[in-house]
Amino acid sequence: MTGPAAFPHEGHVPVLRLGEVLLVTLQGDLYDSTAERLRQDIGQTVSDSAVEVSGVVIDLSGVEVVDSFMGRVLSDVAAMTRLLAAQTVVAGMRPAVAITLVELGLTLPGLRTALTTEDALRLLGAEVSVPSRDGRPRGERP
Amino acid sequence: MPEQRTAEERTDPVEELGTFLRRSREQIAQRWADAALFRTVFTVSRDEAVEAGRAVVEALAAVAAAGRLEDAEADGFAVVREQLARTAHSRARTGATLAQISAEMDALRPPVNDLLLDELSEAPAQHLRECTTALTVLMGTLRLVMMETAMSAGQELINRQRLELLEIATPVIKLWEGIVAVPLIGTLDSARSQVVMETLLDAVVEQHARIAILDITGVPTVDSLVAQHLMKTVAAARLMGAECIVSGIRPAIAQTIVHLGIDLSSVLTRASLADALAYALQQQGAHIVPAPAGEPE
Repeated sequence: MTGPAAFPHEGHVPVLRLGEVLLVTLQGDLYDSTAERLRQDIGQTVSDSAVEVSGVVIDLSGVEVVDSFMGRVLSDVAAMTRLLAAQTVVAGMRPAVAITLVELGLTLPGLRTALTTEDALRLLGAEVSVPSRDGRPRGERP
Repeated sequence: MPEQRTAEERTDPVEELGTFLRRSREQIAQRWADAALFRTVFTVSRDEAVEAGRAVVEALAAVAAAGRLEDAEADGFAVVREQLARTAHSRARTGATLAQISAEMDALRPPVNDLLLDELSEAPAQHLRECTTALTVLMGTLRLVMMETAMSAGQELINRQRLELLEIATPVIKLWEGIVAVPLIGTLDSARSQVVMETLLDAVVEQHARIAILDITGVPTVDSLVAQHLMKTVAAARLMGAECIVSGIRPAIAQTIVHLGIDLSSVLTRASLADALAYALQQQGAHIVPAPAGEPE
């Protein structure tokens, strides 16, 4: 998707920092420029951070439409963060988006996924051997 | 007399047939009312059967007048198409097969043929032959129209039932908190597996399910296409953050999959639904232990 880049801030996606985890929430239509910028921003933030970043959570629950380029970017980000010793988890992908990616042949084998952002954070907490908030093992519900 | 004969010879047989049909409309309708097709459909009153027969003869005359004997799409038939569909429908409801209806349609021709022969007893043999041929062609077209309407009614019914089957054949069952299952029964084709995929993924979101079980105990055969559909569903569920287990692969099907060289290594499989549920519960951190003997439940 190519789209409006009239305002410089329009293609910007905020990268939030929650302790050792970066949280990126994508919303609405994703343009190629946004995706490209996202890739750079995440790489920059992971390597620049004073504190070590253990994981990146990309929340896709607000995204209705994806294309093959976005699928590529997701797997690129995952590969990139792995090189920087961090994990990427994609959270909250919608059924329509999942079906589209599968039909495009992008099953993203190396990518970790979770149902919600909360699940993703728990997954990362357990993975990098940092005790989660209440010390419960992965997967158990409160 | 010789003058009249040459005049008759010059008339086009198709046109002649049209005027004949219009002229003997009443007689044909009366005879048709006694034929099996009309008699069994219009059981209430004979007048109704005569009326219906009259409409059909009128339509035939119009088609003949337009000179489109072999055209099942001719405008003349449009008027009676609905009536023919009703007739075919009520015959089919009483258990008549398409072949029977077709035979009954065929039985409508001889009475008309007799009337035509009586009418043209004076005409030369060549002309007579052409007229009867034209009548046969016309009645054949009428039969075709009848069959078309009868079959399209059947096709509509089949289409509607197929849609209904798609909806009822893919229930998503919640087995446990966070565990859903889809028992697949019957042959999987592209349309069905698409519906299965969509309902399963929707259920994953709705029920917040971390594990989805696809049980294929009721699927009679698995070919490479079905396997591909299964793998797509599993991949889509994984992208959403749910783990997908395929269970109920029977030994014969396992053998077929291996013979076909289908690689299901990316798919988590279990022998039975019970095994899949046990695995899912274990993943959820839940344990089922037998109640200690002697203690109340």
